[in-house]
Order: sequence, then C-alpha cells, then structure tokens
Amino acid sequence: MQTYFIEISYLLASILFILGLKGLSHPETAKRGMHLAEFGMLMAIIGTLMHHEIVTYTWILAGLAVGSVVGLAMGLWVPMTAMPQRTALSHAFGAFAAALVGISEFYKSGGQLETFTMGALGFEVMLGSLTTTGSLLAFAKLQGLVRGTPMTYKGQNIFNMVLLAATIAIFIYLIVVPGSMPLFFTMVGLAFVFGLLLVMPIGSADMPVVMSLLNSYAGLASAATGFVLSNKVLIIAGTLDGFSGFILSILMCRAMNRSITNVLFGAFGSAATAAAGSDQQGSMREVGLEDIATQLAYANKVVFVPGYGLATAQAQHAVRELADVLEKRGVTVKYGIHPVAGRMPGHMNVLLAEANVPYSSLYELEQINPEFTTTDVSVVIGANDVVNPDARDNPGSPIAGMPILEVDRSKSVVVLKRGQGKGFSGLENPLFYKPVTGMLYGDAKDTLTRLVQAVQQA
Amino acid sequence: MSHETLISALYVFALAAFLGYQVISRVPPLLHTPLMSATNAISGISLVGSIVTAGANYNTVSTILGFIAVVCSTTNVVGGFVITDRMLKMFKRKDIAKRE
Repeated sequence: MQTYFIEISYLLASILFILGLKGLSHPETAKRGMHLAEFGMLMAIIGTLMHHEIVTYTWILAGLAVGSVVGLAMGLWVPMTAMPQRTALSHAFGAFAAALVGISEFYKSGGQLETFTMGALGFEVMLGSLTTTGSLLAFAKLQGLVRGTPMTYKGQNIFNMVLLAATIAIFIYLIVVPGSMPLFFTMVGLAFVFGLLLVMPIGSADMPVVMSLLNSYAGLASAATGFVLSNKVLIIAGTLDGFSGFILSILMCRAMNRSITNVLFGAFGSAATAAAGSDQQGSMREVGLEDIATQLAYANKVVFVPGYGLATAQAQHAVRELADVLEKRGVTVKYGIHPVAGRMPGHMNVLLAEANVPYSSLYELEQINPEFTTTDVSVVIGANDVVNPDARDNPGSPIAGMPILEVDRSKSVVVLKRGQGKGFSGLENPLFYKPVTGMLYGDAKDTLTRLVQAVQQA
Repeated sequence: MSHETLISALYVFALAAFLGYQVISRVPPLLHTPLMSATNAISGISLVGSIVTAGANYNTVSTILGFIAVVCSTTNVVGGFVITDRMLKMFKRKDIAKRE
C-alpha cells in the first residue's frame, strides 16, 4: 500500500510537471502552471518520505532545512542582472546531486552492477561531474572572477579529445569488467577535469549557448539517475530538462549562425579578431545629448536595442523612465530583443521586465526587423555584435550569416557606449562609422537619466 | 533491472523526449529565462533519490553523500521555484504596468 501511494505521487508529479511547462507558453498562464508543478514536487517529496527503506530522518531533515535556507536566499536576493550567474550555480548543484547519487549507488553495491545499470550510472556520473565543474567555471567567468576572454593553448582540442577518450575508455571497461573502485574514481576525477577544460576556451559572447548546453547536461544526468534508480518521474523530469536545454542551445546557435562544434571548439573571439580587421573608412561621429533629446522628443517611433552593456550599467530602470517620458509625448516606443543579447537566453527580457517594461513592448528579431525603415530613432544600448551589419553585408566576417537587428535601416541611430573600445567580441562594427549613426559616450545609466531630463524640457 | 522494467523505462524516455520537444518549442523567447530556471527546479526531483540514500543508513559514505545531495537538490528546487515565480510576476501587460 505504501509503495502504491509513493508511485501515485510520482505519477501525479509527472503530470503536473508537464502541465507546468505547458503553462510557460504564455505569461498569463505561466504563473498558474508553476504552482501546479510546485504542488507536484511537494507531493513527490512527501510521498518519498514514507519510503520503507528509510531508517533515520535526521540527515534528511537537516539536508532539507539547509537546502531550503540557501535556496530561499538565492531565490529572493539575486538581482536580475545576476541571473546568468545564479543559473550557472543551480546547474552545478543539480549536476553535483546527480553525480553524488550515482557515486553512492556504485559504492553501496561495491561496483557489482549489471550492464545496463552500470551504463546508465556511468553516464550519470560522467555528465554530472563535468557539468558541475563546467558550470562552476561558467559562474566564475560570468561573475568576473576569471577572465571572460577565451583561454586557449596549442593542441587544446586534441588534449580535450584524448582526455574524453580516456574517460570513456574507463567507462566501457567498467561495464565489461565491473567492480573496480579506483578505476571508477579515476573516471569521476577525469570527468571533473574535463568539465573545466570544456568551458575554458568559451568566450563571454558564446555564454548563452554554453548555459543552455549545461542546462541540458544537468537534465540528462538526472534522467540517467532515473534509469539507475528505476524511477520514472526522474526519467521524465530529467528528459524534459535535457531537451529544453538542447532546444535552447540549437536556437542560440542558429541565432549566431554558428554550429555547436564551432562554438565549443572554435574559441571564437581570439583567433577571429585577426581575420576581421577590415580597415574602416571614415570616423565615428560623436553627438551631443541635447541633439539626441530633441530627436527623440519629436520622433514618431523609437526602438531601443539593449545588449549586455545595459545589464552591466544597471540601466534598465533608466531606459524605462526614458520610454515613459517619450510615450507621454505620444512617441511609439518598442524594444528589439535579439535572441543572444545578454549572457543567457531571455536575459534582456527579464531585465526589462524587472524594470516594469510591459512584455507587449518587447519584440523579437523577426517582428521588429521590418519596422526599422519606419523608425525615426534607434537607440543601441550596450549592444554590439547583434547590430553589426558585417553579419549581413560581409561574407568574410566571422559573424557572417548571423541574423542581426537591422538598426542601420532606421532614419537615425544613436549608440550608447562607454568608450571607443571594441566590445566583448573584439570585432570592428561598421555601424559605428555609418553617417546615419551618432555615438553618445558615457555610462549608459547616467546618459539615459540626463536624456530623461532633456526630453522633458524639449 | 529486469528486461520489462528496462523496456518500460525506455518507453517513458522516448515519450518524454517527444512530449518535451512539443511543449518546450511552444515557449516564446520572452520566457526563456524562466524556462531554464523552471526546468532546473523540476529536475531537482532527483531529491527523491537522495532522500532515500540519506535516510536508509546503508553505510557512512552513502549517508554523507546522500546528505550533500539532498542539500544541493533542495537548493535547486526551492531556489528554482522561488526565482521562477519572482520572474513570472514581473511580466506585466501594458495596462497593469501603467497603473504602477
């Protein structure tokens, strides 16, 4: 009877998880969907607490308590600008938990497991380990603890392949000849190292893809745990997570027009700069704040294009204030959001939502591109590659073929930038040299706040 | 794992994969960040595995590993749902945003 109840709670959780994710298809249904998923999780946990194999509750309750406190703290206090970092950390936690369960299962059975279980366990532990260290390194890169430019060295890809081959070789050996503890722990160690080496050469601009991939791996590690423990709700939840991350990775790669192998092994941003150096004719035109304020105040339609610079400048509230002031004057204000703007999928959207921008003002690339020809002023804030016309016009560019927001088709472009530097990917951007573009230098938050005042007086 | 269990687990995996693809591809880019935190929270269901490991008293190593795994998974479940809820609350329609 007891087992029956637990199984029913798992079935209920599975159904509610799927309904929860289904609700994410629209902001209005999303909140209710999540409550369903939360209820399902609660049921599954309560059900498990009645498992017949449990002898002592001390460690369980202690773990639940500590985890809840840390989780609550992370959930309530992380600002939206730090969402990528928090997400990377949560991938690390999830993958680590999966790896630990696998290690514990192996240890408990002395390594004597039948073929398929050992196979699933190997996947679980390898994926879990490499995702843990990979995500921790991603966190360090995003937080600025480690430099964001790709870290490469000669023969890196070959070394990584060799390491991976060695890890898999041990894995296969353990399936065929079960039981060796030292070998198992060597495999785990190698996997931990591989995770670091995998993420090392990834540059900041490619973070959205890596984040999605790590999300996927963490999910697949959970799915593998489900196979090991014969737990169907784990298989379902892990597969949903795994596929979600996988789909996001493909979307991110398509949005950059690069293949996944190119992102993981191409060390974009270090080798690429050499090839990119097309000499720019002309110079960048600096404009005055008052002029821009007048342009904005008397425009019919203004489009804001945010990039990662908006997040680093913490300027999301300032841009919303400017939008409000413009809208009060009858200007139509829209936001053009490129899929890989920011450091993770959807980063710009949550940043602007936090600043109270209604989601109906946020437009995707395909929706907003046709509108640029009728846009009076496009304001680019801390974005670079996503508005670089070389992607469209220059077949030799490293970003050739990448879909971009075609701001250069607007009647006027204003670029808010801290200085004359080349941005995170090191590519020259011909947009800055076009006659239609004016550069407004300075801290974005500061510039936008002064624009608000200037527009009110215009 | 017996052959029947394995086959039915594979059925579940295959169906979950197809279903996952269908459900996830309907999530708009607007909600991609909450999607990542929600799927991460949901995969914290591995908590149910670590709960048993931490409480069954198999041996010291397993209990300790189980405890750490419980802490990690619970952090993900609680943190993940809290932050997803927080993010979803921020997405407002135009009329409601104006009122604030």
